[in-house]
Amino acid sequence: MMATSVNDLILEPPRLVKHTPLLTVTNINKQYGQVIALEEVNVELYPREVLGVVGESGSGKSTLLRMLNLEENPDSGAYHLEIPSYQDQNLFELSRFERRQLRVKQIGIVYQNPHLGLRMRNSSSGNVAERLVVAGERNFSRLRAAAKRSLEVSEFPVTRMDDPPKNLSGGMQQRVQLAKAIALKPALLLLDEPTTGLDVSVQALVLDTLRRLQRDLGIAMLVVSHDLGVIRTLSDRVMVMRHGRVVEQGLTDQVLEDPQHPYTQQLVHAKL
Amino acid sequence: MRLSELTKPVQDHAYAFLDEASKRELRRKILKGICIPGYQVPYASREVPMARGWGTGGLQVTLTLVAPHSTVKVIDQGADDSVNAANIRRFIARVAAAKTTTDACEATLIQSRHRIPEERLLEGQVLILQVPEPEPLRGVETSSAAAAELHADADYGMMWLKLYEQMVRYKRIIQGASYPVLVGNRYIMSPSPIPRWDVPMLHQAAHLTILSAGREKRLYCVPPYTEVRPLEFDDVPYQIENVDGMVCFRTGATHKFMNELPQEDGSSLFELSDSGYGEKILTETPLGETYYDSEGRFYHDGYLRQ
Repeated sequence: MMATSVNDLILEPPRLVKHTPLLTVTNINKQYGQVIALEEVNVELYPREVLGVVGESGSGKSTLLRMLNLEENPDSGAYHLEIPSYQDQNLFELSRFERRQLRVKQIGIVYQNPHLGLRMRNSSSGNVAERLVVAGERNFSRLRAAAKRSLEVSEFPVTRMDDPPKNLSGGMQQRVQLAKAIALKPALLLLDEPTTGLDVSVQALVLDTLRRLQRDLGIAMLVVSHDLGVIRTLSDRVMVMRHGRVVEQGLTDQVLEDPQHPYTQQLVHAKL
Repeated sequence: MRLSELTKPVQDHAYAFLDEASKRELRRKILKGICIPGYQVPYASREVPMARGWGTGGLQVTLTLVAPHSTVKVIDQGADDSVNAANIRRFIARVAAAKTTTDACEATLIQSRHRIPEERLLEGQVLILQVPEPEPLRGVETSSAAAAELHADADYGMMWLKLYEQMVRYKRIIQGASYPVLVGNRYIMSPSPIPRWDVPMLHQAAHLTILSAGREKRLYCVPPYTEVRPLEFDDVPYQIENVDGMVCFRTGATHKFMNELPQEDGSSLFELSDSGYGEKILTETPLGETYYDSEGRFYHDGYLRQ
């Protein structure tokens, strides 16, 4: 039997090459007056993947997240999501109404400041239910059951599901936001500094929940944080931003253990 | 061409109090409101010899539509004889030389505060409701600019959230008057503070309803034969006020909306809220068909779920 030559070998391409990315952002630029917020930023996010975005304040992380959440348009660039009926469509060209539809069904977001994501005076279960109502659910008992399920999944104590978020602790508020975000099983979950402002033990618990959710639901997540600990716990890949540019990206371990760019090196070594 | 050719000659008196230009503007706004059922049309609310909040919006619409051959009825909380209703009626009669009546079937224009007559209004009749707060979203969205955007997007999640909250907190929907309705499957509208009993009367009604808020300077319409549905969860049906066992002590009528009159011994008497209807029963005038029959069934079968 002849030995097969190297040329005959059919190599399996790596998984990331084979799969099409869920989210593709190409060449987005954004300027506020003279200030360059984003410059030629490209992002790719694969199904079931967690991408971390790190960088100092003012590096454009939050601007990027606002654009991914379709709250704001860039000066130029394209945004594609690989989900039914939105393929081959630049999402930045959608009308306000279409954006809302897409956001309700397919994009969940957890803000650092719960005031942005929650109605503080309504009940926690109501906050979750609102999302389902907007998506067309009109049955009270089903709404309530779905809200309860979603809160349970985010490890929120069900006995307090009718308390307004203003009476809850910071960690619980984040859990309500999370329950609201995942209520409709979105394709994409955006987390904007989800644990900043929580004390360390609560932070660990919330991270735990996020990790488990990611495993169970397999949602693609994008985590923005300046806390390398959070990024290390959650994300598969990491993207380092500075002055509106992506300076380095790669697998989390690789980037955090062996940073190449001087800024990343500084960041990794700047632990207290 | 000179400006003087374009303007009307100066008059020291205008028919029906408002000047012609004002009435013309209002008619155009009413037409727009009829074209977009439930949509709030801003208009230039004029001064009338009455304080804001006493029905200036309704009065302006009435003055705009009234003609010498009109028959006008004015209702205040069901009654024809309250000071407010009597004064408005007398004012309209004086400035427009129109006939007045207390019979809902006879009137061509009915200006009302907080009630719709018990007898079915027919094609050609116009019901004008006075509105204190035209914006149904006011309770959930304080900015009117933001509320306008929500209307534009038909983004009514917050209204449903409000009902959800009431169900969670009180185990029932406590919204009494001004129950939010969806008009023509598009706009959520506040039907002015009519009781829940009256809200179904707007659904597929034969008459035209114009709701006008003078202080807030907005009007909106429900054209004849338009879908009007109160917001309700699938499993929590819309409830009208319970009038079972209430008998009008003047007329003996049942299954109509009643006023409760507390007595000194702690008991209560009930009387028909619609005084024009009560008067017709007492004088044995032939009655028109009513929205709710003598067993309390609504005339559109299946509209009110049990």
